[in-house]
Amino acid sequence: MWEYSDKVREHFFNPRNSGPLKDANGIGDVGSIQCGDALRLMLKVDEQSEIIEDAHFQTFGCGSAIASSSALTEIIKGMTLTQALEVSNQNIADYLDGLPPEKMHCSVMGREALQAAIANYRGEEWSDDHEEGALICKCFAVDAVKIADVVNANQLNTVEEVTFYTKAGGGCTACHEGIEEILAGIKAERAGPGEVSPPPLAAALTAAPLAPANASTVLVHAPTVAVSTPTAAVSAPPARRTLVQKIRKIEEVLESVRPMLQRDHGDVELADVQGKTIYVTLKGACSGCMMEVATLGGIQQKMIEALGELVKVLPVSHMPVEA
Amino acid sequence: MEAIYLDNNATTRCDPAVVEAMLPFFTEHFGNASSIHAFGSEVGKALKKARGQVQALLGAEHDSEIIFTSCGTESDATAILSALRAQPERNTVITTAVEHPAVLTLCEWLEKEGYIVHKLRVDKKGRLDLDEYRSLLNDRVAIVSAMWANNETGTLFPVLEMAEMAAARGVMFHTDAVQAVGKIPVDLKNTRIDMLSLSGHKLHAPKGIGALYLRRGCRFRPLLRGGHQERGRRAGTENSASIIGLGKACELAIEHMDEENTTVRSLRDTLEKGIVSQIGHCFPTGDIARRLPNTSNIAFEYVEGEGILLLLNKLGIAGSSGSACTSGSLEPSHVMRAMGIPYTAAHGTIRFSLSRYNTEAEVKRVIEVVPGIIAQLRKLSPYWCDKGPAASVDGAFAPTYA
Ligand SMILES: Cc1ncc(COP(=O)(O)O)c(C=O)c1O
Repeated sequence: MWEYSDKVREHFFNPRNSGPLKDANGIGDVGSIQCGDALRLMLKVDEQSEIIEDAHFQTFGCGSAIASSSALTEIIKGMTLTQALEVSNQNIADYLDGLPPEKMHCSVMGREALQAAIANYRGEEWSDDHEEGALICKCFAVDAVKIADVVNANQLNTVEEVTFYTKAGGGCTACHEGIEEILAGIKAERAGPGEVSPPPLAAALTAAPLAPANASTVLVHAPTVAVSTPTAAVSAPPARRTLVQKIRKIEEVLESVRPMLQRDHGDVELADVQGKTIYVTLKGACSGCMMEVATLGGIQQKMIEALGELVKVLPVSHMPVEA
Repeated sequence: MEAIYLDNNATTRCDPAVVEAMLPFFTEHFGNASSIHAFGSEVGKALKKARGQVQALLGAEHDSEIIFTSCGTESDATAILSALRAQPERNTVITTAVEHPAVLTLCEWLEKEGYIVHKLRVDKKGRLDLDEYRSLLNDRVAIVSAMWANNETGTLFPVLEMAEMAAARGVMFHTDAVQAVGKIPVDLKNTRIDMLSLSGHKLHAPKGIGALYLRRGCRFRPLLRGGHQERGRRAGTENSASIIGLGKACELAIEHMDEENTTVRSLRDTLEKGIVSQIGHCFPTGDIARRLPNTSNIAFEYVEGEGILLLLNKLGIAGSSGSACTSGSLEPSHVMRAMGIPYTAAHGTIRFSLSRYNTEAEVKRVIEVVPGIIAQLRKLSPYWCDKGPAASVDGAFAPTYA
């Protein structure tokens, strides 16, 4: 089954603070009926100091849901409400020495219960804005809803872009079929009545489904899929630019991706431009991580778009040594 | 304490006699059955014997109707894809909502490829509506694929009758009998079943060996083309040791068929009654009057299956669950959902599946410990309040759902 840490097992077999709490003055009930988890968090908050004096839980859920609830109560006891609101689902997972990717949602539920309980104490309405989908990328625990949201928000068209924005697909790559399906679904939606078709770049780089060998039998009823040729990859004809103009454009692109990398404690810098090859230095958490290739792929894509010509983006380590 | 294995629908242990029959085929009889020399011919003879043993268990008319494959999944895929390729003028597949993923996932993919797939619905007890079925049979249907026995609940479908109905409309009929073969008597020569899948590891043979029964005269297109093994119907050098193990396991299954339907059945009944009579708010799922003799699937309301399994496992007891959390998906078992089992119960379903290796003492032990485990988890459950579901008391639990 799952590879649970000893800490998860221990909190499941001996849950702390379980059962009703007599004089609770903040109660948060949250759940996801589909995935089968539901959690009631009960807080006893000192009205003067706003310190959580006691916290109990009742949970309907799997081993890690119960362990996450138990961990949460231990973490927040003694905290002020303000401190407690800072507790992230990652904190809960870390407290338990990690959770399997499929089970990260258990820690998310813990955090939501906490927000709900505090809102309840304060007499506020709490509404859940978090929607959960089927887990697509198991390496980085990214679900279908998240991927679809990011694809829509950023008008993404390719698996590489999805990886760049969400990390999904950047590990073992087994989920690429699933990501392609989400992209195809959204593309079909976008192409709905009166909609503009996706930019040609997208069409070209999205892997087109291969027609099966026995196409004659299989595809009779299938909608025909228009496959753009790779030549359509470049949307605008390459404009004449000076090297300085080109470098300025390149810097602009790097500037646009920097915030995303910094969010993951990384950074990027331009090292050199040689013909159609752009050399960059990836820094911090980005360098050498398993995401490096995916990150560069994403940057390359943006460069191609911005420059209107086919360029390659490579790490500076690939730069030929001058003779 | 000895571990208690009650997960025989997931897989079974190899019978020692099976292992013994296989061993020489890793060492002295390592030859390739296709070779002309003595090394090969020994293996060839043994394969023929194994084919006969499988034939005997299935009651097939000819031994050439048995095609060895690598697993149940391959047999299922071979059958369904063959029917579609052999009859390009037919574009429809009829199956059921409760099939194993080996069939369902394939059918979902076929839908994406443009085929029409009808999934027959089931009622609360997991039973099909044969009138609905009849109304869907027409000359656009390439194949019907309905499981003989459900892996989660053990529910038996009336496949003999369904095969007759399909035959009357000139439609091919396949059954995934992976869970049925070895547990209930099968006599294919007296049925209208065209194709049947079985898998070795469900009947005390090794994993990674399966067979497809293909009625003589049924039009066929291979999944794997290449060498002439299996008369060109499944290319690839035979997994001879495993095939010989499967043959032996089939022979043993014939010997134990009565035991399966008397001793094992009564152990299962004792277990189920023992649990259900002690614990409130739990019920056996599926068509309990028509099911496999070894399977009991019990829904424990207001608790979640993985927790039950973890606590059972701590006591050395192995079962399985239809809860979402054990499957890696977000949804509880599609079988439970198809039967309309409420979510709070579907997540708490536990399947106990026995074999001829289980004993009365083991069953007794399980009956002893299950009530405590359920009580322990219900104490943690927000849906539960002292002695009953919280819904019946004030301040009922009604969480904000994502
Ligand atoms: C009903 C049913 N069909 C098919 C399979 C797949 O068999 P195999 O694991 O040999 O591919 C199983 C086993 O899990 C099953 O229970």
